[in-house]
Amino acid sequence: MPNEKQSLLSVNGETLTIDDAWLGESLLYTLRERLGLYGSKNACEQGECGSCSIMLDETLVCACLVLTGSAADKDIKTIESLAPEGSLSTIQQAFVDTGAIQCGFCTPGLLITIKDFLDENTNPTDLEIREAISGNLCRCTGYGRIVEAVRIASKTHDETEGGY
Amino acid sequence: MTTIESYESKTRSGVGVSAQRPDAVPKATGEFPFSSDLSSHNMLWGQTLRSPHPSARIKNIDISEALSISGVHAILTANDVPGKNLFGLEHPDQPVLADDLIRYAGEPIALVAAEHPEIAANAINAIHVTFEELSPLIDAESAITADPIHPEGNVIRHLKIDYGDPSTTGDLVIEGTYEVGMQDQAFMGTESGMAVPSPDGSVDLYISTQWLHSDQNQIIEALDLPEDMVRLTLAGVGGAFGGREDVSMHVHLCMLALHTGRPVKMVYDRNESFLGHVHRHPAKIWYRHHATKDGHIVKVEGKIILDGGAYASTTSAVLANACCFSTGPYRVSSAQIEGWGVRTNNPPCGAMRGFGNVQTCFAIEAQMDKVASALGIDPVDLRLINALEQGDTIITGQKITGVAPVKEVISSLAGHPMPGPPENNLLARPGGTGRTTDQKHIKRGVGFAVSIKNLMFAEGFDDSSEALCQVDDGNVAIHTACVEVGQGFITLVHQIAEEVLGTSDITVIPADTSIGSAGSTSASRQTWMSGGAVLKACEAVVEKLIEQIFEDEGVKYENLDGNLVSEDGTKAIPIAEALKGRSFHEKVVHRHAPTFPLNNKGQGDAHVSFAFAAHRAVVDVDQELGLVRVIEIATSQDVGRILNPLQAVGQIEGGITQGLGLAVLEELVMKNGVIQNANFTDYLLPTALDTPPIEIAALIEEPEPGAPFGAKGIGEPPTISSTPAVVAAIRDATGVDLRRVPVRPEDIALE
Repeated sequence: MPNEKQSLLSVNGETLTIDDAWLGESLLYTLRERLGLYGSKNACEQGECGSCSIMLDETLVCACLVLTGSAADKDIKTIESLAPEGSLSTIQQAFVDTGAIQCGFCTPGLLITIKDFLDENTNPTDLEIREAISGNLCRCTGYGRIVEAVRIASKTHDETEGGY
Repeated sequence: MTTIESYESKTRSGVGVSAQRPDAVPKATGEFPFSSDLSSHNMLWGQTLRSPHPSARIKNIDISEALSISGVHAILTANDVPGKNLFGLEHPDQPVLADDLIRYAGEPIALVAAEHPEIAANAINAIHVTFEELSPLIDAESAITADPIHPEGNVIRHLKIDYGDPSTTGDLVIEGTYEVGMQDQAFMGTESGMAVPSPDGSVDLYISTQWLHSDQNQIIEALDLPEDMVRLTLAGVGGAFGGREDVSMHVHLCMLALHTGRPVKMVYDRNESFLGHVHRHPAKIWYRHHATKDGHIVKVEGKIILDGGAYASTTSAVLANACCFSTGPYRVSSAQIEGWGVRTNNPPCGAMRGFGNVQTCFAIEAQMDKVASALGIDPVDLRLINALEQGDTIITGQKITGVAPVKEVISSLAGHPMPGPPENNLLARPGGTGRTTDQKHIKRGVGFAVSIKNLMFAEGFDDSSEALCQVDDGNVAIHTACVEVGQGFITLVHQIAEEVLGTSDITVIPADTSIGSAGSTSASRQTWMSGGAVLKACEAVVEKLIEQIFEDEGVKYENLDGNLVSEDGTKAIPIAEALKGRSFHEKVVHRHAPTFPLNNKGQGDAHVSFAFAAHRAVVDVDQELGLVRVIEIATSQDVGRILNPLQAVGQIEGGITQGLGLAVLEELVMKNGVIQNANFTDYLLPTALDTPPIEIAALIEEPEPGAPFGAKGIGEPPTISSTPAVVAAIRDATGVDLRRVPVRPEDIALE
């Protein structure tokens, strides 16, 4: 058993003992600068752009708005957990194939958001897709290829088993 | 012996196919290292103290309290700038750190390096600056005659274009005044980077930028170091759109690293990013169009004022674009245009996608609609009547020698099917779920606009790009300093090299300053310039290969579509095969055809090539609340030749969305010289719900002479005429004479 003073973070299935000094930081800073998980991006750090989207106890949140201390003992999933190393998830593959990635800064946050969305809605309309990703800003693509990637991923899912 | 035929059937990913971005997979997994993801042992965090005042005199800076904070390693001010305390993209006129006068709100004053960003922020708050506040000059028009705010004066450039007979008259005269608000590039990855000092006093800077060598030239002047002691390597760029063409934190990072002897990382937060880069020039534009009864535009008079803010940046070149293309993609016989790019105490303005053409296109296209309406001519027909063609002369006296399929662009778009009625869904209405009106109160409108954009640098600038094609025992590596900002140049390097050398096994060496300049990733120029350089470097390797084989075998070979064929036709070998076991090192510098300065009448062959686009917007408007929903934007574009169809679509969709943003959402709101909305809560970027499906009616492929593979740059045109098309559609729906962008709800509802 860890002693009382030790704080724990559960990130991508791994339980980590963390320094108490980190508890007052934003979870985004702790993930990136303390744990080296740079996949969650820091585009606005104001909860407006969705680029730091992660799953916290199966709820989609902006990591920049979560205090690290309040994430203790909760289950954190970041972009790094989306697919085993060396492989791509269905939605990641769809992004690569459809040209949904340009600069790529919004991509990890979008992928987390879309996985959460498709887990709930397996056959979305275009308008539903646009609503689902409207909390994630992208400045390069105009969203056309991203919407197309979600369409393709939702169809691919019908033919396969497992998650996005 | 393998024959030519069997190799022709090999699946290749040369030019013309939608080859996959080589960086797509690491970007999808989150592994791609952006400039804000850099980390180093023993690293410090840098931060910047900026002026809250737009105009002030610094009376005193007290750093003693800040220096006493535990974990603070350096506080630097103007006195610590080792070399010239000036930098600037076109010429140095901006202090690295303000030493006396503050000329805009956000101007950097002091730097901090500390163990943790929170400690750095505390230190910033503990620096006490005593200001004497001065009255800011914030009106661009009065700046022309006001007391100078800078030793170089307030008028950065005054340009006159005097073309044709000024006494020309038409049957109809249409006059209008227009305004464009201050748009921001708002790239997703904020300014960030890391400087790593070396014991010999040199420094390596890892930075997201658009032009490594321009940065380097400015940094060495400020640091007073020779070129080889300031080495730049490109770090992952999270979008750019013009906003990274100017130096931001570059010198600051190097100063902090050299001073502390430790690697220093800086990441601007979103608020600071809005203060830390130039914006699109706000503009005030007056036009008087003269037309004949049958719809020919015979004369255009115009006055254009661009607010450059406190420092010059690229104002001079932006003004040249605004003026040179101030009559649009139309043939006119007479034009008298006068433009000013001025200094004010507003934030500095410079490059943003479209670069001067955006501002005037909005006004020109509004004028064209008014002429059409007054003459009872269909707006599309009016544009066809006046469309430029190859061989025509623009108002700078320059003849268009390249392809100019303006009529094709217009006609193909005009014939494209219109979208259906609105979806019966609250989300699809203006205002989305926050709507308060019913479908019957929503009016639909359609707008059409056409644009011209010059490609590459102009007015005699010596524009070049260097590329190296290195072959080691058959393994191909390509090196340029061309910056990948997300546009997909890195894909084109692979495609171009494979097209010439026939191998897909190509290494692209990261962009840095160990090779010659590639110029800026801007002005829709890198496919032509660095793409052209890569093409020539690969071709130079093939020439050397043929020479080597001749020396070895005494047989002369010729390159036939990727295969070396012997003179007598009996032997053929694919280039990729022939390269095996051989080594080459071919470096070339590519230049486009020379351009020339404009004379005192604004006349001269100042531009290299021109690209054209047309946009048609369909909007639904709730006039009571002034809410707009853009239902569809359709486009046709003159592209020369498409090298990667998927990437071309990406540029077009993304560019149009930025044009939509300027039309109805995006503006940095200024109050007395201070930005009021430097955050993503109040600076409104188009979301996926604000952005409609984008229909590509036609991409006109007529190869451009002199361009590699005939490909014109495609990045900027989508951003230019999409804005006026959306505004024209809102005018069509509402009947309101909208003269300013972005169009705000009150502009519609209160009219």
